[in-house]
Amino acid sequence: MYLSPLLFIALPLAAAFFTVLLGVRLRVLGYILASVSAITLLLASLYASYFVQHLPSHIFIYKVGGWMPPLGITLVFDALSTIMLVVVNLISLMAGLYSLRYIERYTDSWKFYSLFLLMIAGLNGVIISGDLFNLYVFLEVASLSAYALVAFGTEAQDLEASFKYAVMGALASLLILLGIAFLYSYVSTLNMAEIAFVLSGKPQGLLVYFVIMLFLAGFGLKAAMVPFHAWLPDAHPSAPAPISAMLSGVVIKTLGVYVLARIIFNVFGMSQKALLVLMVLGTLSMVVGALMAITQRDIKRMLAYSSISQMGYILFALGIGTPLAVIGALFHLINHAVAKSLLFFNSGAVEYSTHTRDMDSLGGLNKRMPVTAATSFIGSLSIAGLPPLAGFWSKLLIIIAAVQAGHLAMALVAVIVSIITLVYYLKFQNQTFFGALRGTLDKVKEAPLSMNIAAVILALICVGAGLLLVPSMRPILERAADVLMLGSGYKDVVMGGVR
Amino acid sequence: MTLIVKTITRLTIGIIFIYGIYITLQGHLGPGGGFAGGVIVALSFIHILLAFGKDVGMRKLTQKKVLFLMSLGAVVFLAAAVFNFTMRHNQEAYTLHAEKFRIFSSLFMPIYDIAVCFMIGTGLYAIFLALALFTAENKE
Repeated sequence: MYLSPLLFIALPLAAAFFTVLLGVRLRVLGYILASVSAITLLLASLYASYFVQHLPSHIFIYKVGGWMPPLGITLVFDALSTIMLVVVNLISLMAGLYSLRYIERYTDSWKFYSLFLLMIAGLNGVIISGDLFNLYVFLEVASLSAYALVAFGTEAQDLEASFKYAVMGALASLLILLGIAFLYSYVSTLNMAEIAFVLSGKPQGLLVYFVIMLFLAGFGLKAAMVPFHAWLPDAHPSAPAPISAMLSGVVIKTLGVYVLARIIFNVFGMSQKALLVLMVLGTLSMVVGALMAITQRDIKRMLAYSSISQMGYILFALGIGTPLAVIGALFHLINHAVAKSLLFFNSGAVEYSTHTRDMDSLGGLNKRMPVTAATSFIGSLSIAGLPPLAGFWSKLLIIIAAVQAGHLAMALVAVIVSIITLVYYLKFQNQTFFGALRGTLDKVKEAPLSMNIAAVILALICVGAGLLLVPSMRPILERAADVLMLGSGYKDVVMGGVR
Repeated sequence: MTLIVKTITRLTIGIIFIYGIYITLQGHLGPGGGFAGGVIVALSFIHILLAFGKDVGMRKLTQKKVLFLMSLGAVVFLAAAVFNFTMRHNQEAYTLHAEKFRIFSSLFMPIYDIAVCFMIGTGLYAIFLALALFTAENKE
């Protein structure tokens, strides 16, 4: 690779530290550094994705400092990690663009940007880290930044949500660390490929299943999987809108789903019991999230419950464990990241202009905020799964995969939940943007240009993402799914790449 | 605090501070290093807070200075680490060419130690300062 892979971690870290160093005096520096970093990282992740797709082995291993594993740290670039990098850095760039005007109403914007950049560094680190302990460290970097960002408004409810999030997050981290410690005691290595190698030659006793349960609970908490979801409906609405978009769009997916999938598929070699747990809890998340979302009046709270429900789809599809289901899961992950970030941007725009998020006090906003109304309509329909938007195709893939695998009852549940999703998104559209304009909202103006540009770009991606299923583009998704479907064969690919 | 505590603090604080710097600088030659040294340096400032109150402590080391020094340490550490990793020099840095009683005898370790001392020292002091301010606010 012509770029140093360290860039994905070092650039946002350096930008975050420089923002703290000089941001107090030079207020605009935070925004400049965040923008430059986000643009560079998106371009670098696109390049990394292109580079990996064109390698014969579709994998690139970077040995930090030239040290060989298991002593040295490895950064792994494969089709899955590069596609995740693109998603994370795309949403980060959009969130950065959106923040330009949105964050003006908060004091000390440099603190926002430094935490935002730290979160990006943590997310990138989690994605490319090849060993379990570094993954944990980056997970903590991203989580700690997220706790602080949720409390950024410093209102009582923000602090309460942040505290709840921090307690639940710390519990999750503790479970994960305990799992890593037990696993290390059993296999004597922290490199994920080496762990898979050692595990393949050892009997999978009770300890291994205990570790899988610890990881399921720990990463399940990070992914807000039911029954570990209680923190999310408080934490995501309390954060500033661009951060809500990041949290729902990429943080729960990277820290929860991606890591869980990587560990269960590639480290433990597709443990069937773990996949069954994922499928059951995924279905439960789908149903509980959707039923809770219907009753919400606060837009962001409804979107947060919707995230739990949509994460359920992804986990359910991963639990099915067939190639088509995994492609569906990854495709839905991308679609949900884009559409949910868009909807959080829209909710932020509505709040920015009307100072409320209560659907009962809104109505007829499409006359005053046409761009926000149009983009949120696209986002809502994409998540609800209406053709021809991208969300439809990913849900269709998941449901077909479930039917093919013989899980007819759960496929039916997925269809019913999709209808419920359509119901609450139509309710949101109807109560917020359609109908007669309320008298109190007569003087409302459209959100600033930078916020609209970010929303429009994401709306266009919502429409265009269906193209990923076009034959010439499909290999991107297929190769990412192949990485997971390799199961414990991942170790051979990584070890081949190291040599 | 009483006059006895204040006097003893005034006498010992410099020694604690210098001891912290000593522990930091000889990290690559013996037991110690940036973390341990940083903790001791932070303790010297925390002593000021405890003995003379938060107002005196904050005059010595303000919040802005704390932030500046902390991020300076982080920037230096990151720059040294990236330089080291990309230039593949770290094997020399870790296979210490350290000679006894010579501080600058190991390539990068003293720089790391000093950077970590900045981060840990100011970080711990910042936590203590935040707690002191929070308690004071609650009392008001």
